[in-house]
Amino acid sequence: MEVQKFSYDNKIVKYFAYATVIWGITGMVVGLIAALQLAFPEFFNDYLGFSFLSFGRIRPLHTNAVIFAFVGNGIFMGVYYSLQRLLKTRMWSDKLSSLNFWGWQFIILCAVLTLPFGITTGKEYAELEWWIDILITVLWVVFGLNMFMTILNRRVKHLYVAIWFYIATFVTVAILHIFNSFELPVSFMKSYSWYAGVQDALVQWWYGHNAVAFFLTTPYLGLMYYFVPKAANRPVYSYRLSIIHFWALIFLYIWAGPHHLLYTSLPDWAQSLGVVFSVMLIAPSWGGMLNGLLTLRGAWDRVRDDVMLKFMVVALTCYGMVTFEGPLLSLKNVNMLSHFTDWTIAHVHIGGLGWNAMFTFGMLYWLFPRMFRVKLYSKKLANQHFWIATLGVILYAIPMYIAGFMQGLMWQDFKPDGKLEHADFLATVQALEPYYMLRSLGGLLFIVGACMMFYNLIKTAKSGNFLANEEAEAPNMRDVEVKEHGKHFWHRSIEKKPVRFMLLAIVVVAIGGIAEIIPTMIVKSNVPTISSVKPYTPLELEGRDIYIEEGCYNCHSQMIRPLRFETERYGEYSKSGEFVYDHPFQWGSKRTGPDLAREGGLRPDSWHYQHMIRPKDISNGSIMPAYPWLKENDIDYDMIEAKINAMITLGVPYEKGFAKVAAKDAKEQALKIATNIINDLPDSYMKGIDKNSEIKKLQKKDIVALIAYLQRLGTDIKADKKENSK
Amino acid sequence: MLRFIKHNLTSIDNIEFYPILSLLIFVLFFTGVIYYVMTLKKSKINELGSIPFEFDNSITDKEEK
Repeated sequence: MEVQKFSYDNKIVKYFAYATVIWGITGMVVGLIAALQLAFPEFFNDYLGFSFLSFGRIRPLHTNAVIFAFVGNGIFMGVYYSLQRLLKTRMWSDKLSSLNFWGWQFIILCAVLTLPFGITTGKEYAELEWWIDILITVLWVVFGLNMFMTILNRRVKHLYVAIWFYIATFVTVAILHIFNSFELPVSFMKSYSWYAGVQDALVQWWYGHNAVAFFLTTPYLGLMYYFVPKAANRPVYSYRLSIIHFWALIFLYIWAGPHHLLYTSLPDWAQSLGVVFSVMLIAPSWGGMLNGLLTLRGAWDRVRDDVMLKFMVVALTCYGMVTFEGPLLSLKNVNMLSHFTDWTIAHVHIGGLGWNAMFTFGMLYWLFPRMFRVKLYSKKLANQHFWIATLGVILYAIPMYIAGFMQGLMWQDFKPDGKLEHADFLATVQALEPYYMLRSLGGLLFIVGACMMFYNLIKTAKSGNFLANEEAEAPNMRDVEVKEHGKHFWHRSIEKKPVRFMLLAIVVVAIGGIAEIIPTMIVKSNVPTISSVKPYTPLELEGRDIYIEEGCYNCHSQMIRPLRFETERYGEYSKSGEFVYDHPFQWGSKRTGPDLAREGGLRPDSWHYQHMIRPKDISNGSIMPAYPWLKENDIDYDMIEAKINAMITLGVPYEKGFAKVAAKDAKEQALKIATNIINDLPDSYMKGIDKNSEIKKLQKKDIVALIAYLQRLGTDIKADKKENSK
Repeated sequence: MLRFIKHNLTSIDNIEFYPILSLLIFVLFFTGVIYYVMTLKKSKINELGSIPFEFDNSITDKEEK
């Protein structure tokens, strides 16, 4: 057979490798800033109280940066390297590879330039605005096209299991991203989620959970099936297991999303479905982990010397831990304790730092010496990085576990007389301060390690000689018929046919999505309406947008679970019918501050005003950031008409012609609230200030709109009760 | 779960069919995959598992050997 000569494109791998390291360190530093804000809130309030640095805006930047910039580039790096070699083919188009690289970096840049400035959709891990979502879709298609054309032009017969994982990643991320990003643009920088309330929550967590599954897990499992055998220099422990691992994992994962919404207003059947599939997930997850670890059978001595293997062993161990913990956390009785606490934060960081980052470090240490044809600059430094990073993960996770258990238990504590032991929410936050400090230290160590690696890699690159095009040769075996004894099984014919394979993967993934989402989408009676629940007033809607802009949902939930310790603290539990006009929903996933679902009417407007300007003045020991800019920035009354029209398009029942008078309505409500605030403020605030002119000034400011929204929260049900009792 | 949420469960047509359908799809699919995997020949398995090492002809890998 004729042997064909060709070359592998290393340049694109090198680009992605550098991007991975640079964005990785950036994302981690942003995370450290967020962590330090919780550990030292006063310092940040007094010296670094910039709007673009406040926790609610920085935290989405951190999550987006580490998921899509760090791990995203890491995926491309590993896929572009392994795909070419597994298919014995250069990437189909160097131009598409290059477009993939620069386009992805441009999207990341857009995120950096929007999220800290409050331009966000307010849906976790999908915060980027509508036009960036479109860019992401285009870029993802570029990646998929390049990958598929490479697969179709391959020189090998079979698709190795790693490539199945890449294909599943491509199709599922595309489905998730498109369905979750349905939004109605109001302007270039503002859009509303197409879905509302319960439906939005279900779609969002179907997306959110599967972003973990198909962005942070399946591509990395694919990389694991390539890099671990290569590093151990022996085939994967069981290829049989890898087939079961793949199909079981992609089939089960897609159903598990609702476990993020246990005890919420999501229909019970969807919650139960989520739990059952989450528990089953442990089987394929551990199958995969064991398959990776057992690949090292008989080669464990190499782990002692090979720093790359060390990183991979710890990564796989963390993967095992995190996939054991996941099903555990999805059990209702465990979730009751863990939900909304730092336990979740610990869990995701075992995954993010332990699994994704450690594995990425391993890949980088493997790739640089090979691409630059030189030995690693310093093995000693790499070993030190390994230990510092491992210590960093431990120092990060353990304090967060303790903080999570502690806070969860404190919320549930009752006195013998049936009252809450810690009725003051703040007490349960202040108890966590030392743990927040320790975890910042853990994060810092992890970053120091990453910087050591960066130095080591640059030194390696400088001392070496980069091989941009790696020459290779192979016969074209793609269409060669090999006589096989026995029967032809359906699977074998599918794995040789990438298009059929992709279609089957889509079907397998879609089953879970359809079974879960369609019933909630089309059956109107699934979300029972409550007659007293009315659309927001224009000013409240504007305030809601500010709530989203400031990322309040990062620390405050709007979801009271039907549990005694919750209803005792916050009031009546949340009903699905209360959220029918919430585009997007704002249930939140973490309570660094208290739940706000029934905040309306609890405190005077002036309390909220003072609290926003300087929380600790009115709420002693509060760690909430101050929002002084809210009383400086003007409400954009010109936008209100467009926003109300958008809401009408989405099905919110405002009266005909209301959009035209919406701005006037908003101004009237703002005047009332501004008057309330100024009349109520203590004299110390009002020394030498003319009340009337102050009211005139204040009624134009963002803070008034935000207070209008906060005072509305959860009041519709209360109105219902009053009417009923009459 | 109380009055509002209880309604959700009962109001979907044929809701009781959903769990059974899920279970059915799940069981059939996995029986298929496991049957296939079990009947794969050892030689085929070894061939597929060694794809990452198959006629390795890139320069760096040659040097390693």
